[in-house]
Amino acid sequence: MFDYSAEFEAIVSAYEQSGGDASVFSDKKSASLAVSGNKILASNSIPGVKIEGEETETGARARVIVEPGIQIASSVHLCFGVIPKEGLQEIFSEFEIGEGANVSFLAHCSFPNALRVRHLMEAKVDVGQGAKMTYSETHFHGQGGGTVVIPRTEVKVAAGGLFRNQFRLVTGSVGRLDLDLMAELGEKAVCDLEAKVYGKKKDKIRLKESIYLNGAWSRGLVKSRIVVSERAQSEVLGEIIGNGPHTRGHVDCLEIVQGNEAQAKAVPLLQVVDETAKLTHEAAIGSVDKKQVQTLMARGLTETEAVETVVRGLLR
Amino acid sequence: MLRIKNIHLNFNGNPILKGINLQISKGEIHAILGVNGTGKSTLAYVLMGLEGYRTTSGRIIFGDEDITSLPLSDRARRGITLAWQEPARFEGLTVTEYLSLSQTKGGGSLSPAACLERVGLSPSVYLNRLVDQALSGGERKRIELASVLAMRPKLAILDEPDSGIDALSLDQVMEVIRSLAKEGSSVVLITHHEQVALIADRASSLCAGMILKTASPEEVARFFRNHCRECPHINRPEEELIENV
Repeated sequence: MFDYSAEFEAIVSAYEQSGGDASVFSDKKSASLAVSGNKILASNSIPGVKIEGEETETGARARVIVEPGIQIASSVHLCFGVIPKEGLQEIFSEFEIGEGANVSFLAHCSFPNALRVRHLMEAKVDVGQGAKMTYSETHFHGQGGGTVVIPRTEVKVAAGGLFRNQFRLVTGSVGRLDLDLMAELGEKAVCDLEAKVYGKKKDKIRLKESIYLNGAWSRGLVKSRIVVSERAQSEVLGEIIGNGPHTRGHVDCLEIVQGNEAQAKAVPLLQVVDETAKLTHEAAIGSVDKKQVQTLMARGLTETEAVETVVRGLLR
Repeated sequence: MLRIKNIHLNFNGNPILKGINLQISKGEIHAILGVNGTGKSTLAYVLMGLEGYRTTSGRIIFGDEDITSLPLSDRARRGITLAWQEPARFEGLTVTEYLSLSQTKGGGSLSPAACLERVGLSPSVYLNRLVDQALSGGERKRIELASVLAMRPKLAILDEPDSGIDALSLDQVMEVIRSLAKEGSSVVLITHHEQVALIADRASSLCAGMILKTASPEEVARFFRNHCRECPHINRPEEELIENV
């Protein structure tokens, strides 16, 4: 028989290691969902935020509905993960953010012991007219480098809406990360995507983030900060398509390569369809900026300390 | 405190510094006055020991030690620091963290808040700001000066600390430089403004990688006014001036 209590303790412990506050899962005032493997260990809806969860053979389905006009002061907490060394977790999720609502999500994904784990996530997000949604996802991995993380997200932001995504994987060694996020924006909608990843050992990192600026006056930013060390490899594709009139977009990619065996690639892609759209990009790949390092060394830090300080700041 | 003996620096065979000699005492502010392109910043980098700025010949003596071959971090550990003309920006590093690093490594006693107050920045506004692109040029310069204060160096090399500073704040910045010296730091003050050089105890005029004159700041300012400010042949000093060195 499955021991829910022991599993809950294990996932909560991993959640705390990844920076989460585990008390939220016993706080009935916070909306939350915790899934370990294919077991839903905690699920709590609050007025205005309905969370429906269903276990499947390989993971879970989750539906989060935020009612129109609802302003949620505290974040909705989501916790996913696989505790054993081997396993599969497939999460299918839907987020419906009602017109004029304002909500933020704090998601933690923990794989502390992974040697052969697959974590697949398919998410559909609908941000209603004038609604605001912030989704911050932090990953916690052990040193095994044995996880395959494949998140696929499709986002639709209606007129005047805002979607902000922050993806952070800087602890431990992931193994393989293949993230794909695509957002379509309505009139005057805004989308900010930020990814921070630290690749170590033999990690393979691939990020593809695309924003379609369909509605007039919509705006988008794709920002990535990647550090690869040892034999890690990264490939970042930042894409913005200016379909609508007067749209504005910017791709900002910075990848730092530490050591002779790590590799990084950046592919910014800008496409102007409407002549009044204006898209820009900046991409920098290389070692840590020499002037930054020398500035810190002039204050008494060793070169190693200076590089660590710069990298830590960048990935914060 | 600091003796620079006949240092030369060549880049790709081109002489940039040509036999610089200087002596700077403990607690002295020594201004290096020169127009753009005379080698002022290069001299600052050579003194700090930045990579790529090793002297071709000559010696740098700090205290009783020959530091000519010491790398940057070893010089910093001996109490030498540099404030860049255009300081670096750091994503994700707060002003508090930046100043604390200087304080911890340099052994200074002033808190980050006290350092900010000294340079005229309100701690409640700036302590949690990031040292990134969101700071204006003037704000970043003052935070750089605050980090020098936090370190409490034996020798502070300040590369154009006045550039980018608004007129109202300039007096405050000058006062900070004076206070550094009063508290025992020696200061190499690099500038192209005569008025700024006037706060120094002594000054030197630099042209084409050569020191043309070392004297009181008033005398050097006069020399600069007469020979350098409207020089018709920038960076090619007249033979007569070179011979007078």
